[in-house]
Amino acid sequence: MSGWLQHLIIMPILLPLLIGAALAPVDEQRRGLKLGIGLVGTVGLLVIAIGLLWQADQVSGAAPSATYLLSNWPLPFGIALAADRLAALMLLLTAVLACATLLFAAARWDRVGVHFHALFQFLLMGVNGAFLTNDLFNLFVFFEVMLAASYGLLLHGSGKQRVRAGLHYVAVNLAASSVFLVGVALIYAASGSLSMADIALRIPAMSPADTHLLETGAAILAVAFLVKSAIWPLNFWLPASYGAATPPVAAMFAIMTKVGIYVILRLWLLLFSDEAGASAGFGTHWLLYGGLVTLGIASLGMLAAQDFRKLAGHSVIASCGTLLAGMAIGGTGATAAMLYYLLGSTLALAAFYLLTDLLDRIRDFGADLLAVTVEAFEAEGMVLPEPEEIGVIIPAALAFLGLSFVACTLMLTGMPPLAGFVGKFALMAAALEQGALAEVPWSTWVLVALLILSGLAGVVALMRLGIRLFWVPEQHRTPRLRVIEAAPIAGLLLCCILLTVYAGPVLDYLQRTAEALLHGPAFAEGILSSEPVLREGH
Amino acid sequence: MELILALAIGVLAGAGIWLLLRPRTFQVIMGLSLLSYAVNLFIFSMGRLNQNMAPVIVDGVLLEVAEYADPLPQALVLTAIVISFAMTALFLVVLLAARGLTGTDHVDGEEGSDG
Repeated sequence: MSGWLQHLIIMPILLPLLIGAALAPVDEQRRGLKLGIGLVGTVGLLVIAIGLLWQADQVSGAAPSATYLLSNWPLPFGIALAADRLAALMLLLTAVLACATLLFAAARWDRVGVHFHALFQFLLMGVNGAFLTNDLFNLFVFFEVMLAASYGLLLHGSGKQRVRAGLHYVAVNLAASSVFLVGVALIYAASGSLSMADIALRIPAMSPADTHLLETGAAILAVAFLVKSAIWPLNFWLPASYGAATPPVAAMFAIMTKVGIYVILRLWLLLFSDEAGASAGFGTHWLLYGGLVTLGIASLGMLAAQDFRKLAGHSVIASCGTLLAGMAIGGTGATAAMLYYLLGSTLALAAFYLLTDLLDRIRDFGADLLAVTVEAFEAEGMVLPEPEEIGVIIPAALAFLGLSFVACTLMLTGMPPLAGFVGKFALMAAALEQGALAEVPWSTWVLVALLILSGLAGVVALMRLGIRLFWVPEQHRTPRLRVIEAAPIAGLLLCCILLTVYAGPVLDYLQRTAEALLHGPAFAEGILSSEPVLREGH
Repeated sequence: MELILALAIGVLAGAGIWLLLRPRTFQVIMGLSLLSYAVNLFIFSMGRLNQNMAPVIVDGVLLEVAEYADPLPQALVLTAIVISFAMTALFLVVLLAARGLTGTDHVDGEEGSDG
């Protein structure tokens, strides 16, 4: 690999950083310009992610497809970025979500506060950095970049409800950051390294005392990620704060819980792989039981939810519970199925959050919300343009909303024929295939039962709210939808449908991803073997 | 020295957590600050506690690696301080906004019975 291609891996971090920095000083009135630059950035990310994905799939075995030594410092002293199939896939998912939500926000939500576009780009930078970095402390820095941007985005639009939810969200995440640091410090004390690859290779030769210290550190670190990935009982902040955020922001936040899942999956499989000696498989039961309880309680939460936002929040938690439990089942099949479920559920949740905005409009609900925030800003002397219905109005709006709602329901509850079903089915099949049927542990049966029951709970809850909304014809206001609002939802749902149609190739790719993930040491050696670039004349 | 440092971290963390669980936003922000001090000290101590070790490499003086203080935790602490300082400032802004919008400094935005 030579020339500019070797710098491709750092582009998902650099591009949003530069674009965000360029957008910050641009005057708020020049919305068109801001949106244009932001869209160029996200589409650029999409192209780069596809490039990295293609590159990642060219490599056979578990070695990373690309590594990048920041400032050319040799490993294990410097910070390395590493791309492999999983990281490239997550980058692609992020870029798809970013394109859709940015377009949706352009319809009106980017006007209700300042610096939406710059914060959005910084959020992308943090998320992408967290996917690519191979250094624990660098991961902390990217987490903080992501969280700082998310605080701004959550408060975007201001208003009493958002500030109150924002206060809880910031406090919870600051406390989690402290926990994160304690975990990193303990791991450093035990292993003497911050490079994930280096730590992974040192674990088998560690003394028992250091192993205990490292396991303690890993467990504390995991708590920080589990707060992000909304495991019960660390998830009470989620429905309130995601529900209070403006819909495009909430849709983008759907990826943030998955960042927690991603880091747990990566670190857990890397540090505690089968070759890790005494610590192999450390924490499996915690992930499994935690995931199961989360899934069960989220199903109850879905049943109890009285509006779409709360319901969507509990669906986020349910999908996280499924992913954590699926992760803990282990093995290539279950890991691949869990990743497939991750793709489908993230796309569907984002679409659902966007849809809630339009569904509220049927009841003329969103209009009040916007009015409040407009007032708040006009009080500060900001003149906002009238939320006029500019652009092309799409016909048969109610039919579009109804169909999108059904598609989201199918995806979120895992009913056939869409990708949610394929993911859940693959996960159950992989979980039950791990041995003779009589030897399947009871926890797997619980998982299968909970997957089915949570689907049922989701159907009941969503149908109840759907009927209340769509089947009360006399109360309808025919909503006016614009293409720019409908297209992102349609695009995300189209991605779900494509995921279903091409389930075979996607699952093949994920199978290769899972195989590579389960060979943690090979991945670690691949990273550590990267040499600094020698420059002529030095 | 170990005992003093351990007590300091323990007291700071304990006080931080207690304040974090209090109902007033100002108490929460003080709690978060104390907690971050405790964490910073903790990171620092993870480089092992040493006395009379060279902190930086001096020109012309050659020492064994084992004779230097571990520089990495110091760098980490520095980064952690900067980040926690920025986050505290941000939290302060949210706190003031919440006070302005809800008219109370209760973390839930309304006066509870627990005062």
